[in-house]
Amino acid sequence: MFLHGYGGQILDGTWETIKLALLSLLVAFLLGLIGASAKLFGNFLFKGVAQAYTTLVRSVPDLVLMLLIFFSIQIGLNNITDALGLPMLEIDPFIAGVLTIGFIYGAYFAETFRGAFLAVPKGQLEAGKAFGMSDRQVFSRILFPQMMRFALPGIGNNWLVLLKATALVSIIGLSDLVQVTQTAGRATASMFLFISVAGLIYLALTTVSSIVLWWLEKKYSAGVREAHL
Amino acid sequence: MYKLDVKKIHKSYGQNEVLKGVSLQASAGDVIALIGSSGSGKSTFLRCINFLEQPNSGSVFLNGEELTVVQDKKGRLRVSDEKRLQLFRTRLAMVFQHFNLWAHMTALDNVIEAPMHVLGVKRNEALERARHYLNKVGLSAAVEKQYPSQMSGGQQQRVAIARALAMEPEVMLFDEPTSALDPELVGDVLKVMQQLAEEGRTMIVVTHEMGFARNLASQVMFLHQGSVEEQGTPAEVFGHTKSARLQQFLSGNLK
Amino acid sequence: MIESFENFMMVINEYWAPFLYWDGSQFSGLAVTLWILTLSVVLGFVLALPLSVMRVSKNKFISGPVWFFSWVFRGTPFYVQLLLIYSGVVGLEFIKDQPILHTFFMSGYNCVVLALLLNTLAYTIEIFAGYIKATPYAELDAARAYGMSRWKMYTRIILPSALRRALPAYSNEVILMLHATSLAFTATVPDILKVARDANAATYLTFASYGTAALLYMSISFVLVWAFRRMERRALAFLAYENN
Repeated sequence: MFLHGYGGQILDGTWETIKLALLSLLVAFLLGLIGASAKLFGNFLFKGVAQAYTTLVRSVPDLVLMLLIFFSIQIGLNNITDALGLPMLEIDPFIAGVLTIGFIYGAYFAETFRGAFLAVPKGQLEAGKAFGMSDRQVFSRILFPQMMRFALPGIGNNWLVLLKATALVSIIGLSDLVQVTQTAGRATASMFLFISVAGLIYLALTTVSSIVLWWLEKKYSAGVREAHL
Repeated sequence: MYKLDVKKIHKSYGQNEVLKGVSLQASAGDVIALIGSSGSGKSTFLRCINFLEQPNSGSVFLNGEELTVVQDKKGRLRVSDEKRLQLFRTRLAMVFQHFNLWAHMTALDNVIEAPMHVLGVKRNEALERARHYLNKVGLSAAVEKQYPSQMSGGQQQRVAIARALAMEPEVMLFDEPTSALDPELVGDVLKVMQQLAEEGRTMIVVTHEMGFARNLASQVMFLHQGSVEEQGTPAEVFGHTKSARLQQFLSGNLK
Repeated sequence: MIESFENFMMVINEYWAPFLYWDGSQFSGLAVTLWILTLSVVLGFVLALPLSVMRVSKNKFISGPVWFFSWVFRGTPFYVQLLLIYSGVVGLEFIKDQPILHTFFMSGYNCVVLALLLNTLAYTIEIFAGYIKATPYAELDAARAYGMSRWKMYTRIILPSALRRALPAYSNEVILMLHATSLAFTATVPDILKVARDANAATYLTFASYGTAALLYMSISFVLVWAFRRMERRALAFLAYENN
């Protein structure tokens, strides 16, 4: 076969990449919601922490953060287990990868959600209060549902960036699509071929994602004017 | 006993005092028109009644019950019991200048939302009520399933009025309900408001529509720079204008 | 884990020179990062101007290839693009046969700058094209009414307007390019991150080494953000009235 028999491994690598991206997305999404809420509704301490989080994380390259955090997670865990007198707990590199990427992109999601919260017309929130809704009700029945519609383009964009960022995990030693294709390329002296395959697979993933996002925006933006982000 | 008794509301933004002790008494069935130029404080006063703005001093009584307040650190009044405020607000429904319909809900959903989730009305009853009031404001059944972005301004405002009516409030507050509408659509909304006034609803209306004030109000209050300059029946205020400023306002007023 | 201030000081003491500009035998660190960033961003900006005009052309034969280029380079990770150019191309038969091309692709610097250039070009084209398309119709009408030629329309009305509006989005792109440069070390280019990795390998002070790199990148980011904000304030003043 023209893939020199590496087809199976490449598929495995692709699956690893997709898993990593989706799980990191989940972590980033949750961290983003927490971060945005802290920035908008939190007290002085929470606001400060959230502000520091989003500013610092977004001003440092992903790769540098990955190198910093990824190894720090294991070292930190070691310090804790040492201090408690417990045997060394090895953290699965995949989990560490998910936490690392999730942590990094949580900062980007926080900014997306913050912008989306602010984009909800204040008049509608006022109307909620004027009709006797509690703050919790205004948040869950009016603010949050609308925020999500405004956030959709930003979420989509962040997802695409996150997906492409997973290509870096081979540098910190995780096994993924890029790592598999590099190995195959070296072994068969056809680097160009195999890296191109990796590129094509990523292109397919991003293109499919874009189509899904386009469809989602059409479906859920009923009633929302185009936000000029 | 007055249905709504608002006593001496003072409100300042920093050093700027925008309300200098404004009071209002409304009996059942009263339609009170608040008029004045921009910056006179009429909208601010209206919004103090349901505490969307926090007054610095004053009190609000609904059917003899006071909405108790305490002073907070910044010298503004804060409601002592959040739950009471919410209850209070359900009996004072508001119609906004920019409609403020909830964009992610259809017209029908907008009208059943507060009755169901704030008053605890059961869904079937809420739906019945909603359809009744949407019909009352002159909207066809087809509009039910539409989203605000698909409706004209006049339709949106009428949905907003239906939304307020569905709460079956004691007093209705209108904050310049026709100011954001195209001239052709103003008539539709005024017609609905006329109907409500003739039915005997208690309404407080901040408006620029002098025709409405003249024909339908039982009382007119003219505000200027935070104080009530002149007050009385339409005949008194428009026919025998005492204040020079009011005369100026009326002659210069294009609406 | 969070190593003490001492460790940071040690790393900075030992490695400040390579981190900033010279590692004993070649330029390194901040100097290299800024050099490759500037080169690729400036070239990318210049090339994006005509290409974004082509991108909005109604003629599918002109806009098509540009669209394709953008699609491929925005749809794939930068790291993959860099690997392709640095490790992939050099192994191709017809490259090996051409001495000029061969020496070009053997150099890490060349490959990194080329990869950065192509990447930023794709994103910049899309940004500019978007704002060109969004030029208020009123401005075009007026231009035509005054008898401007297409060339004049573009150079005096459309592009100045589009570029100014594109500033916030473009400034974001430049920051992302800064992030992208951190991959240069995989092609043996001695940028900030390479120095950090060398420091880490020698001292095992992981947090301090990479932390110093992070601080350097942060500083550059803040300077860039400040500079762009100043530019925006001056260039976008005309929008203050429009947005009312």
